[in-house]
Amino acid sequence: MNRFEQSFKLLNEYNGKAFVPYMMAGDGGLECLVERLVLLEKFGAAAIEVGVPFSDPVADGPTIQSAGIRALKNKTTLKGIITELAKAREVVTIPIIMMTYLNPIYAYGIDAFAQDIQTVGVDGCIIPDLPLEEEDIIAPQLADAQVELIRLVTPASPLERITEIAGRGKGFLYAVTVKGITGTRNLFDNDLNEFLKAVKKLSPIPVLAGFGISNEEQIKELTKNCDGVVVGSKIVELFDRNNLHEMEKLMAVFKQGVKIV
Amino acid sequence: MITYTLPNEKGHFGIFGGRLVPETLMKAVLELEQAYDNAKKDASFQAEIDRLLKEYVGRETPLYFAENLSRHAGGANIYLKREDLNHTGAHKINNAIGQALLAVRMGKKKIVAETGAGQHGVATATVCALLNLECIIFMGEEDIKRQALNVFRMELLGAKVVSVTSGSATLKDAVNEALRYWVANVDDTHYLLGSVMGPHPFPTMVRDFQSVIGKETKEQFKLRNSSLPDAVVACIGGGSNAMGIFYPFIEDEEVSLYGIEAAGQGVDTEYHAASLTKGKPGVLHGALMYLLQNDDGQIQEAHSISAGLDYPGVGPEHSHLKEVGRAKYFSITDEEALEAFQLLSKLEGIIPALESAHAIAFAVKLASEMKESQNIVVCLSGRGDKDVETVKARLKGGEGK
Repeated sequence: MNRFEQSFKLLNEYNGKAFVPYMMAGDGGLECLVERLVLLEKFGAAAIEVGVPFSDPVADGPTIQSAGIRALKNKTTLKGIITELAKAREVVTIPIIMMTYLNPIYAYGIDAFAQDIQTVGVDGCIIPDLPLEEEDIIAPQLADAQVELIRLVTPASPLERITEIAGRGKGFLYAVTVKGITGTRNLFDNDLNEFLKAVKKLSPIPVLAGFGISNEEQIKELTKNCDGVVVGSKIVELFDRNNLHEMEKLMAVFKQGVKIV
Repeated sequence: MITYTLPNEKGHFGIFGGRLVPETLMKAVLELEQAYDNAKKDASFQAEIDRLLKEYVGRETPLYFAENLSRHAGGANIYLKREDLNHTGAHKINNAIGQALLAVRMGKKKIVAETGAGQHGVATATVCALLNLECIIFMGEEDIKRQALNVFRMELLGAKVVSVTSGSATLKDAVNEALRYWVANVDDTHYLLGSVMGPHPFPTMVRDFQSVIGKETKEQFKLRNSSLPDAVVACIGGGSNAMGIFYPFIEDEEVSLYGIEAAGQGVDTEYHAASLTKGKPGVLHGALMYLLQNDDGQIQEAHSISAGLDYPGVGPEHSHLKEVGRAKYFSITDEEALEAFQLLSKLEGIIPALESAHAIAFAVKLASEMKESQNIVVCLSGRGDKDVETVKARLKGGEGK
């Protein structure tokens, strides 16, 4: 059983729902990465997405763009992040997923990247600018390294395509809940619920909703039709404002019998 | 004669190109490919493009023998393909007409585009005015300051110009914002990309729409000289005027193809835009191509006196042509381009765009090394009115960039 299966089996005390936070590595300094990962696990994360800063993040909205610029100003590199993740693995038990655009990987070297992230114990990888048609560029190397490629489906993806994408993955399926970039909200709840229901029906693996999710009500509404949520911009913003109390409260949304005020 | 059939069905030119875009855009990109394939087979679509190119743009453009410039260079004969005489003053409109007609055919109501100096923005706004399409142009904050007159032109033509403040606030960031806008509005919006870059089918489609330049050149040259030119020279930012004039000659191996990048203050400084000369393959804006980037894969800013060449990447097909050696790529500095700008103005009475001045500067050097019986065609991609202020500031000091 890999760390994904373990982590998703242990969600009973969270009503069976997964809260997966996203954080930008190097925002606030790379030296606090391990500490933040430990904190997110303590707050109840089922897995954590670690963002790699990129100069041209086309899938991201202003909050994550700004965090990336801050991280780059702090001289954050992919190499540096991988080194820190090796330390994190000694203290963090839940799955660690790297979210990075393709070019930093390409510059690092695809074979070396797959091997190195396996060595440090990274469980999965999300590459927002890598659609199904282009997977051959890296999917075989990740498969050899037993690192899960986490794939995305969106409200613009036709049903046959969703079936094809869902069938390829093992960790979880990332259902983008907007027509747009991270941090936005532009679909009516009804359309969204129908979309999530359809994805859930087609997917043999857990379905997590993401993009533009920032409060408890949204999370409760969305998880009626899926297995959990990925929360990015909001977590990045709360780290930036150092509002850990609100973060803990938000991440306790699925916890039974716990109310943080 | 060689055979050339690229790209393949996935939009790859060798290892370059492809569709490296977020899943949210895949439906739009696949739809666009389908629509373009259908349109290509429809004679009425091509007929409508041809009609507008003739009656509205003013094609065909002349192939002019620049006798004074040739004498000055002292060697091969230099011909100029006069794309500067197109409506709106540059080759950009060839592509804008083709894509806008395709957008209408696809039932799209809105056009979004990026622009650097503003030439593609003006061409797009012009065609949108003609075809009654809503038009939104993303332009970097820096470029808006530098090109205030073009911003006003676009607004006169009915376009909305949106200032981009993210990243370095220049062309590459305007492309990022246009892509983000397209992701959120794919249902009713076509992204009218201005160069031979971006995800498949853009590099192929833009090349095809621009290849009218090379087709005309070939026919005009044959009619005059009953042969093919020995060399074709064009400047390269993203690479659309170069791909347009190169493409019809790719299979004619005896014709040497030269793409000229902007060396800015010199390729050994940090201030240049020579992606093919100094960059490495990487992924940006939906395609694998040569890019200016640091060792960690972060994209670097490009620099050139000519805003139209100020882009840190270069189209995937050029990346491939360099790799296989079918085209050769060189660079010309700001200084050399400025000299060529003045030279062509004085010798031929033609003020070239600073972009095109890079090609002129290289052609003069090349001609001097060739025989008098040989012939060079230069793509004079645009006219220089837009650059007169910049050049004045550089030559006479005072207000300027």
